[in-house]
Amino acid sequence: MTPAIELRGLEKSFGAVRANAGVDMAVPPGTIAGIVGENGAGKTTAMNVVYGMYRADAGEILIDGKAVRHDSPAEAIKHRVGMVHQHFMLVENFTVLENVVLGAEKGALLEAGLAAARTELQRLSDEYGLQVSPDARISDLPVGEQQRVEILKCLYRGARILILDEPTAVLTPQETDRLFRILKALKAQGTTVILISHKLKEIMAATDLVFVMRAGKVVAMRETPNTTREELAELMVGRKVHWQIERVKASPGAAALTVEHLSLAAGGVPLLDDVGFTLHEGEIVGIAGVSGNGQGELLEILSGILKPTGGLIRIGGREITPRHPADASEMRTLGLAHVPEDRLKYAMAGQFTAAETGMLGRQRVLPFKGPNGLIDRAAIARHCGDLMERFDVRPRRIEQLAAHFSGGNQQKLVIAREIACAPKVLLAGQPTRGVDIGAIAFIHRQLMALRDGGCAILLVSCELDEIMGLSDRILVMYGGKIVGEVAGEEADERTIGLMMANVWKGDAA
Amino acid sequence: MRAREKLPAIVDLVVIPLANVVLAFLAAGLVVLAIGGNPIRAVEVMISGAFGDSEAVGYTLFYTTDYIFTGLAVAVAFHAGLFNIGGEGQAYIGGLGAGLVALALDHTGMGWLVIPVAVAAAALFGAAWAAVPAYLQAYRGSHIVITTIMFNFLASILMVYLMVNVLIGPGNMSPESRDFLSAAQLPLFSDWLDGMGISVHGSPFNVAGILAVLCGIVVWLLIWRTPWGYELRLLGFNPSAARYAGVNEKRMIIVAMCLSGALAGFVGVNEVLGVHHRLLLDYALGYGFGGIAVALMGRNHPVGIAFAALLFGALQQGGAELSFEMPQVTREMVVAIQGLVILFSGALAQMTRPWFEWPFRRRLGGEA
Repeated sequence: MTPAIELRGLEKSFGAVRANAGVDMAVPPGTIAGIVGENGAGKTTAMNVVYGMYRADAGEILIDGKAVRHDSPAEAIKHRVGMVHQHFMLVENFTVLENVVLGAEKGALLEAGLAAARTELQRLSDEYGLQVSPDARISDLPVGEQQRVEILKCLYRGARILILDEPTAVLTPQETDRLFRILKALKAQGTTVILISHKLKEIMAATDLVFVMRAGKVVAMRETPNTTREELAELMVGRKVHWQIERVKASPGAAALTVEHLSLAAGGVPLLDDVGFTLHEGEIVGIAGVSGNGQGELLEILSGILKPTGGLIRIGGREITPRHPADASEMRTLGLAHVPEDRLKYAMAGQFTAAETGMLGRQRVLPFKGPNGLIDRAAIARHCGDLMERFDVRPRRIEQLAAHFSGGNQQKLVIAREIACAPKVLLAGQPTRGVDIGAIAFIHRQLMALRDGGCAILLVSCELDEIMGLSDRILVMYGGKIVGEVAGEEADERTIGLMMANVWKGDAA
Repeated sequence: MRAREKLPAIVDLVVIPLANVVLAFLAAGLVVLAIGGNPIRAVEVMISGAFGDSEAVGYTLFYTTDYIFTGLAVAVAFHAGLFNIGGEGQAYIGGLGAGLVALALDHTGMGWLVIPVAVAAAALFGAAWAAVPAYLQAYRGSHIVITTIMFNFLASILMVYLMVNVLIGPGNMSPESRDFLSAAQLPLFSDWLDGMGISVHGSPFNVAGILAVLCGIVVWLLIWRTPWGYELRLLGFNPSAARYAGVNEKRMIIVAMCLSGALAGFVGVNEVLGVHHRLLLDYALGYGFGGIAVALMGRNHPVGIAFAALLFGALQQGGAELSFEMPQVTREMVVAIQGLVILFSGALAQMTRPWFEWPFRRRLGGEA
C-alpha cells in the first residue's frame, strides 16, 4: 500500500544545530502514528517542515506517493495536510465559527460563507463527535474545546493527514480520553493521524505504530501492540531508564510558608476561597486538581505576581496581606523561587538570550549586578553555562535566543535557574510540562534532593503520577477551595480523582 | 506565513538598508525626471549641498544632532514597548525650558553656569511633557499613541500663546523673545576651529553635537548594560514576565517616557541655545516625527540611529540646497524625496529582503 505520507532523508539545520539529520518515515493511510523522542530529537521540526513552516535543507516529502514541496502552510493545506500546534493558533475574541473559516472565507462577503460553514461544521461535529458551539467566543472556552476547534479547522480545510503536536499537554485525563476517541473516529473515516507526544502511556493507548526519534533521526519503528513503554523509553534515551523515584521519608522542620484564609476575587467571582495550609521545611506538598480550579491563581499570589484580596501569607518573618502586599522581587528576597506553570507567559522572553534568561528575576542582585551598577556579563555567561551543564540544556549556546530552544530545554533552563538560587520555598508549577522522560526523572531527583536539603516545595501538576510520586502530603483543590488532604503514602488515584471532581464522600471532614 | 531565512549580519544590517536608500533615490529620480529635471544633476547638487564644503558639512551635522536626539527618544520608549509619537511636543517644550532659563539668568553674571542649568531645564521640561501621557498610560490605561499626539497640539498652542502674549520681546513685531546674551549661547564649532587657526565657514553646528554623542553612549549603556535596561527590554518583550521578575511596570513606563521626553527636549538645546539665541515659534518642527523614522531605520540602536540621523540631516541640508539650485525642484519636492526615503527604509524595509534571501537559500530536493 502507498504510504499516505513518506519522508525521505529530510534534513534541516538551524545555524550549527542539525535538528533533522536525515529523517525517514512512512505512514500508511488510515493509521494513527505516534512520534516519540526526547526534547530536541527533531520531532516538531520534521512536522513543521511537512506543514511548510520551515523549508527543508535536503530530502523529500511524498504524499500518496507523489513528491511535494511545501513552502508555506497554505501549500500544505492544499495537499490536505493539517496541523494542530502545541500552542494554539486561534483568535481569542473571534467565535468558533469565525476561527474555523478564517483564511478559507470563500468569497468577498462573510455572510454566505459563514452560513455554509455552519452547516459544514455541524456535519463534521456530528461525524467525528467533535461537539463545540459555533457561536461561542474562543476566550470563553476551556482548553480542551479550543483544541477541538483547532482540529475542526483542519478538517474544514479538508485535511486527510492530521498532525498533532503534544496535544495532551494541556488536557485533563477525561479530555485526553475524549481526544483519543475523536482520533479513532477520524481514523475510521480514513484520516491519517500523526501524534507527537512525550507521554508513552498515551502513545501506547492511542496509536497503531510508533516512530522513535533520537538526535534528528528515526532510530526505530514499532507496531504499538508489539512494544512496551520500557522498550520505547530505552530507544528514545539510548539507555535504560529508571522509573521509580527514590525517596527517603520526609523529616519536616519548622513552617516555611503559612497561608491563612487566603482569597482572591475578580469582578465578584471568587477564584480562591478561604485557602489555608502550612508548608514545612523539608517537605513536598502536592496540589492536585483539574486545571483551572485555583491552582494557577494560588501560585501567582504566593509568588507576588497577583495581590490577594483577603487573608494572609507568612514567609520569612513577613506577613503579606492585601494592605501590605509584596511584589515578585520582594518574595525572592524572602527566599522564594517560582517555576511558573506557563513558562512562555512568565518565565522568559523569547527575544532574550539564554544568558539573559538565566538571570531573569535576579537582575538586581549579585553577582549579576556588578559593584559598578552595570550587568556583569562575564558572571551571567558563567552562571548560564553552569545551569546548562547541570541540567543538560541543549544546545549549550548561551548566546542563542530563548525562543530558539525546544520547549523542554526552555523548561530545564527555567528550573535550573530557580533551583540554583538555593530557595527556602520553591513553587513548582508543572515542573515537567513538555519535558522528555530522561529529563523528567532528573528533575524529580533534583526536587527530592532539594527537599532533603530542607527546602519547602509546593508542587502543582496535572500529572497525578507526578503528584503521588513526589508529595509527602497532597492537597486537592476544587472551585478555588482546598477540598481534601491525603498523606503521600496513603494516596490512591481513585480517592484523589473523586476529590478532584468534588464527589468524595469519605471520612474527610 | 513564509519561512524566513537567517541572513548574515552584514547583509541584514548594512546591505539591505543601503539597498533601500538606493531604491528610494531611484524612485525620487523618476519624480525629478517627470518634472523635467535631471536626476543625476539633482543627486550631485544634493551631495555637494550636504557635504561639499565645511559650511555644508556643518549644517548637515547640525540637523543630524536634532535627529539623534529624537531618534534616541523614540528608541528608549520603544524598548519598553511604548510608541512615543510626542517627540515634536517634547522637543518644543524642552526648548521652552532652555529658553526660560536663558532669559532669566543670562544677565545675572553666573557665567558658564547658565548653560548647564538651561540644558537641565530642557531635559526637565521635555520629561515633564512626556510624564503626563506616561502617567495616563500607566495608571489610567489611556493609549500613549493617542495622548502623546494630542500633547503635540497642546505644545503648539501653548507656545503660540506664550510667545504672542507673554514672552514676546519689547518692541518686537514677530512673536519672538529678546535675544539671549552671550552667556546663554552655545559655542559653535566653527568659532572654535577659527580660534585654533583652522579656517572654516561659519555653520550652526555647536557643542550640542557632543551632547548628542554622549546621549547615544549613555542610552546604549543604560539599555544593554544595566539591570534597569534589562528590565526595560523585558517589559517591552513580555510584560507578564516583567511582573514575574518583580519589575514595577507602572514606574518603568513613567521613567522610560520621562527619559524619552528629556532626550527629545535636547532638540531645544541645539536649536534655541545653539542657533536662534531667542525663543520663537516652530523651531522643532518635523524633528519629532523624523525621529520615528530615524529610530526605525536605525533598529533602535544608538549606532544605527547615528547613521540614520546623518542620512536625514544630509537630506535636509542637501534638499535645501537642491531647491536653491534647481528652480523646478520646490521645497515640497524635497519633502517628497525625504518621504520616499522614509517609505522605502521604514515602511517597506522588509520588501527587498526576499531578494537578498534568495542566494542564501538552499533548495529542497522534492518537487521535480
